[in-house]
Amino acid sequence: MYRLVRRLAAVSALALCAAAPVSAKTFIYCSEASPEGFDPAPYTAGTTFDASAHPIFSKLVQFKKGTTEVIPDLAESWDISEDGLEITFHLRQGVKWQSNDAFSPSRDFNADDVIFSFDRQGNADNPWHAYLPGMTYEYFSAMEMGDLIASMEKIDDYTVKFTLTRPEAPFMANLAMPFASIVSAEYADALADAGTTEDFNNKPIGTGPFSFVAYQKDAVIRYKKNADYYGEAPKIDDLVFAITPDASVRLQKLKAGECHLMPYPSPADLADIKSDPNLKLDSQPGLNVAYLAYNTTVPPFDNPKVRKALNMAMNKQAIIDAVFQGAGQVAKNPIPPTMWSYNDAIEDDPYDPEAAKAMLAEEGVEGLKMQIWAMPVQRPYMPNARRTAELMQADFAEIGVEVEIVSYEWGEYLKKSTDPSREGAVILGWTGDNGDPDNFLAVLLSCAATGDGGSNRAQWCDDEFSDLITRAKQVQDQAERTKLYEEAQVVFKDQAPWATIAHSTQYVPMRANVEGFVMSPLGDFTFETVDITE
Amino acid sequence: MLRFLLAKLLYLVPTFIGITIVAFGFVRVLPGDPVLLMAGERGISPERHAELSAQLGYDRPFLVQYLDFLGRLFHGDLGTSLVTKKPVLGEFLALFPATVELAVCAILIATLVGVPVGVIAAIKRGSLFDQISMTGALVGFSMPIFWWGLLLIIFFSGTLGWTPVSGRISLLYYFDNVTGFMLIDSLLSGQEGAFASAVSHLILPSVVLATIPLAVIARQTRSAMLEVMGEDYVRTARAKGLTQRRVVSVHALRNAMIPVITTIGLQVGVLMAGAILTETIFSWPGIGKWMIDSISRRDYPVVQSGLLMIAAIVMIVNLIVDLTYGLINPRIRHK
Repeated sequence: MYRLVRRLAAVSALALCAAAPVSAKTFIYCSEASPEGFDPAPYTAGTTFDASAHPIFSKLVQFKKGTTEVIPDLAESWDISEDGLEITFHLRQGVKWQSNDAFSPSRDFNADDVIFSFDRQGNADNPWHAYLPGMTYEYFSAMEMGDLIASMEKIDDYTVKFTLTRPEAPFMANLAMPFASIVSAEYADALADAGTTEDFNNKPIGTGPFSFVAYQKDAVIRYKKNADYYGEAPKIDDLVFAITPDASVRLQKLKAGECHLMPYPSPADLADIKSDPNLKLDSQPGLNVAYLAYNTTVPPFDNPKVRKALNMAMNKQAIIDAVFQGAGQVAKNPIPPTMWSYNDAIEDDPYDPEAAKAMLAEEGVEGLKMQIWAMPVQRPYMPNARRTAELMQADFAEIGVEVEIVSYEWGEYLKKSTDPSREGAVILGWTGDNGDPDNFLAVLLSCAATGDGGSNRAQWCDDEFSDLITRAKQVQDQAERTKLYEEAQVVFKDQAPWATIAHSTQYVPMRANVEGFVMSPLGDFTFETVDITE
Repeated sequence: MLRFLLAKLLYLVPTFIGITIVAFGFVRVLPGDPVLLMAGERGISPERHAELSAQLGYDRPFLVQYLDFLGRLFHGDLGTSLVTKKPVLGEFLALFPATVELAVCAILIATLVGVPVGVIAAIKRGSLFDQISMTGALVGFSMPIFWWGLLLIIFFSGTLGWTPVSGRISLLYYFDNVTGFMLIDSLLSGQEGAFASAVSHLILPSVVLATIPLAVIARQTRSAMLEVMGEDYVRTARAKGLTQRRVVSVHALRNAMIPVITTIGLQVGVLMAGAILTETIFSWPGIGKWMIDSISRRDYPVVQSGLLMIAAIVMIVNLIVDLTYGLINPRIRHK
């Protein structure tokens, strides 16, 4: 046994020697899942975008670091016509495409690349529309880009004009999303000639801060600094993603110095992380909301006062303490406080079981039995839906409402919860895609999103609310939009189609010597600004 | 021997067809489907759902889909992953060596430790060693793999710092995969320290994966040895005045090995199940983790073809085990 221990120690010592610092600065990120692929357009997972769109590619516009403000990127500026239908982008010049073994670009980025990037997603006749079997562009269609873009026109090499079918204020925010990454038309041609079209997804070429080196499936992704990057040069030379699915193991790796930064720690580990002198913890309110959606078409939940009464019976702070372990805040509006147009003047329904009971009696509701649906999975906005439902069950019992908790397999849950004739209230949530309030209010609460398969689980269609958010979508002036969204939130609070539960806090643990990491409200992990100090 | 082999092979055909039905049907009887999971909280309209299902061919009758699957299978086409859009066979081959490397190390540990422990426990029946080792085997057999793996990581990697936490090799080594087996590739790469790094990464996951098979093999060896030791021919051998060593190694062990080899063969199935958890804990890029991810995303082509490949491998291993009996015990091949 002693010999075995000695041998083990020798082997580990060897491994440690091998791990001695090399001259190039290598930053290791313990990511939580494998990317689906490296072409950002056909995929939907955040882990895919962290591995493809953010390091490798650029977009016409981008979100300013740490915010959801849209700022120039490959487009240096843009003009929007009076009627909001024509947007002319003036493109950055001298942007170099990356290269690899099979491809060396003969030209810089230009208008052809912009048109190619969007045309291939919306135009089924484009040969690159379906270069992989079973390919679809879910984000492009979810953001209604196909309906929205009437035409794209190349004015000259560095000017592109988009014509829209209707004025749409969130359009610019959509263009900052990963699916709108600009890909190289010349690279596509070269691969088509070589008959290796699948390499468009396997060996990506972009204009971003890092270029792709290699991917070993489910294990490691390697990038190197893009020396030709037009923006501020990254401070690290090599970027490595070590794919580590289990949160406890990620933390052990971080503690052992096997990686510099990790996403999604378990709430239970936060105290341990805070007390470790080798680690530090960044946090920020997430751009998300967890809610309980009543079915507002089924009695007695079609009565706003009944919904209000139930909301008043719910002890939300207890849910934050017990389920979120403090890593969240009570939600009073359907959009999170970090989002522009958040109406802080609104007062939340007080937690008052007595008043709630009286209110139900006033409405003639007695012996109410209802279902609460609890999701079977953990999501960034909801650590434990079952436990949340149990707390609600206890709260509602106090006002004489009997709750049965139900759950389904996740796919079934998502489907059945959209059924307009659904019994019971559903726990669910949302994480913002692009920082625009429309991405919450229209997606989750508009009349258009009601019905089977829609994302308005409350089946709530209010004319006043819908009118406000539709107008807010059509005007370009942000101050005016803010006013309209603030009013919409007042209507929402008054009608109470949901009990707004919580906005969760995101935590990012990292080694103490990591500098310059900026948390994204959208939950993206980007590394062009990070540095490692001694 | 040839007839024996042919008979065994013939027997595999209906088994294989049965497995295609199970593999194909299994993922489809699970609630939820890939299109729903892809759409997530956003939801998907019934029209778009139907459109995407039709595009993937999932709107056709079950039998038509199954026959299509079988037809492609006989042409060597295992389908394309719905998630990565890559051929399933390519993904399988890229990940399989990692699982084999882990499983081989685990079964070696389990056998090389389990058989001697079982033999000694049987010879010294009732001794302290027997009691401790068999209690240990019972604990090992009941060990929750996930908890056990994490415990070893926290102790050996976290507290003692002896072994790396997870992965197959230190990320500072970078070379092309030639065989997919990290131990071999690290040697081929010629980079100093690469092999040692690969070995150090392999230790904890193999020990974790070996735990249950080790316990089973030790207990099986002990009981088989006890049974054989009571046989007439062992008493005769003793009566002839043979040494204890010769009685045990030649007369007893060889006969006791038949049920033990069966057990080792059956452990391949156990290893595949254990690999799913072990690979997830140790971020080991093998087929266990790949299957789990695919099941949770309802990636039908990967699940059905992956199950089929794993089942085929287990069948082949069991065939080899059957043939091994023939070598050990000639009576079996003549039956």
